[in-house]
Amino acid sequence: MPNPSLPRQQGARQNPKDRIKNFDPVVVGFDEKTALLEAQRCLNCKNARCSAACPVNVRIPQFIEALLKGDVGAAATEIMKTSLLPAVCGRVCPQENHCEGACILNGRFKPVAVGLLERYTADTARNTGVLRPPVAGKSTGKRAACVGSGPSSLSAAAELRRLGHDVVVYEALHDFGGVLRYGIPAFRLPREIIEKEIQTVKDMGVIFESSVIVGNTITVEELLKDFDAVYIGSGAGLPTMAGVPGENLVGVYSANEFLTRINLMQAYKFPNVDTPVGIGKKVVVLGGGNSAMDAARCAMRLGPESVTIVYRRGREEMPAREEEIENAVEEGVKFEFLTVQKEILGNENGRVRAIKCARNKLGEPDAKGRRVPVPIENSNFIIEADTIIVAIGQKPNPVIPRKTPELKTSATGVLVAKEGGETTMKGVFAGGDIIRSGATVLMAMKDGITAAGKIDEYLRGQNDKK
Amino acid sequence: MTKNEIVTKINLSKDIARFDIFAPLIARKARAGQFVILKANAAGERVPVTLVDWDEKRGTITVIIQAIGKSTVMFNDKKQGEIFEAVAGPLGAPVEIKKYGTVAVVGGGVGIAEVYPIAKALKSAGNKVISILGARTKDLLILEQEMRQISDITVCTTDDGSYGQKGLVTDALQKLRDGGEKIDAGFVIGPVPMMKFCCRLMQKLGIKSYASLNPIILDGTGMCGCCRVSVGGKIKFACVDGPMFEGDLVDFDELSRRTGEYKKEEAACLLKYRESHVCKVGLH
Repeated sequence: MPNPSLPRQQGARQNPKDRIKNFDPVVVGFDEKTALLEAQRCLNCKNARCSAACPVNVRIPQFIEALLKGDVGAAATEIMKTSLLPAVCGRVCPQENHCEGACILNGRFKPVAVGLLERYTADTARNTGVLRPPVAGKSTGKRAACVGSGPSSLSAAAELRRLGHDVVVYEALHDFGGVLRYGIPAFRLPREIIEKEIQTVKDMGVIFESSVIVGNTITVEELLKDFDAVYIGSGAGLPTMAGVPGENLVGVYSANEFLTRINLMQAYKFPNVDTPVGIGKKVVVLGGGNSAMDAARCAMRLGPESVTIVYRRGREEMPAREEEIENAVEEGVKFEFLTVQKEILGNENGRVRAIKCARNKLGEPDAKGRRVPVPIENSNFIIEADTIIVAIGQKPNPVIPRKTPELKTSATGVLVAKEGGETTMKGVFAGGDIIRSGATVLMAMKDGITAAGKIDEYLRGQNDKK
Repeated sequence: MTKNEIVTKINLSKDIARFDIFAPLIARKARAGQFVILKANAAGERVPVTLVDWDEKRGTITVIIQAIGKSTVMFNDKKQGEIFEAVAGPLGAPVEIKKYGTVAVVGGGVGIAEVYPIAKALKSAGNKVISILGARTKDLLILEQEMRQISDITVCTTDDGSYGQKGLVTDALQKLRDGGEKIDAGFVIGPVPMMKFCCRLMQKLGIKSYASLNPIILDGTGMCGCCRVSVGGKIKFACVDGPMFEGDLVDFDELSRRTGEYKKEEAACLLKYRESHVCKVGLH
């Protein structure tokens, strides 16, 4: 019988003192005992609110039921019916905004720890050899190219393969995973998890090509000669800088660069790898999103004296996941809320020495309901800093929009796409950050899966015409 | 042939080598002014290297590398038949090739190799091409014959006077101008100070200048923002907006500071590599 009044189980965690010395996972996760205790808390609702609130509608009660029956393989299969990256989702999805936020237990009890159960299921099924990767459908003879190998393209590729199409994934970097690899740190998403999830997609028969920059190495037009459809999931691109003087001083990083050095290039292992990352004694991170938290927590692990996040609104308004803010606090990251950068100050060698900031107060709510920060006059003050990381947002990757005249873009540089990902170019679909600018891994995945359905319709429609 | 395989390697001087690499997709698309990212091995850096030439039929691209830091030393330690872990490109915006009239093409050091495809394309577009090739010393002056073949006038300079005119490329440019050469545009590639002073002189002489900037580049594909440079007071990203920019507008001093960010780490890395390398040789 379900027992929702059991305490919500905590996954084992590394303590903050130890974890700021390594890039190992912060949350170790459930073992069998805690997983089964937690699974018992699920009421197995008929009209599951959790599934409805999930962007990819993971069959949550069904997988938890299979877990309770002791069949981890079947549980993984249930998840993989709608989500092909269960070990990734279980780790990086903001469950509090989706499944766990919608859980019926909220109010009287704490919600079921769906995220931790999902990762337990995926990891255990994989490690015990009972994970059954989805099978490629009966061949349709159609070919689709997926551009990028981040969550959006990976999801589209796997789904298209499952529907029976031949799929090739083109990645611009030397390694696969997109933002999962260059953006999200190993302590949130271990590298071997990315490898394994991608291996599953490879095992379905999807072909992966690295170091192919679509737009440059091959154009979208050329892809359409070789493929029946193209899905563009080329993701985020150039960082938005803060627009204050001093941003090109030595010691100022964009979060993209800082995180790419650490996550993709593993610069924290320098000199055992060749890519270095500079870190000073006093680090200031500008921004309040997940990238800001990731950058601050990566910086913390490189051993500076202090890491301070400067954010223009208050803690309540921070767009980062609550869990990540808490992790950052535990790890000793300091916060200057209601603070805005004015100017980055340099020394005689052109290196950062400090940042001039001013205080804000919160004004009226904006269109999205978030209160607008209003500067307080004469509130300037100086924070000493020798490394500054700008994590205030990014634009979509510019390469494909610039190189593909037929693809229309909006004023913000995102590709114009209809619901389902259809772009202004025939046979070309798009999703993820290239149409959304800054979205979550889950939204990117959802776009990929939805577009795969549309692409399938489109490809089968081509047959009907013949 | 395998993807990313070194098809031919020729040593041009002690530390400078020329590689033809099998990369048919890139060879098909390369244009003057573009670059590729090379990566030696799994732990290696992503290093931007300008495309010197390409042969679509053979499926090869040509790069010329001067061994300066650990990564470039590792590149040049590679032999014919070996492969690069990654070769990605072509990257950056091609240089606008059109008829300018008379163009001065200025290359300093390995910059000569980098400016070569631009000179060649400008010549094909009907320009009168004046090439000014500068190096510290005779041994480092590369591609002279290739440049002579595609140039109407070629002037070589060495800092120490061991070959050609003694002096800097700016001296040669001034001399040509004093001799009555009318020059409409200049394309400059080389060390940052050389580009700075060359563009400054061109501005003084009323020559529209273009310089190919060499900031530190990480992904090179328009994502990370590492390669930002100030051009006309605005932030530009060399990997997608450049690497060629109007010389008058570039903040070369800032570029110089930013390219020096990892000097200490680079030196330590190279020393470590050299030590292990010497040790290996010693054991044989």
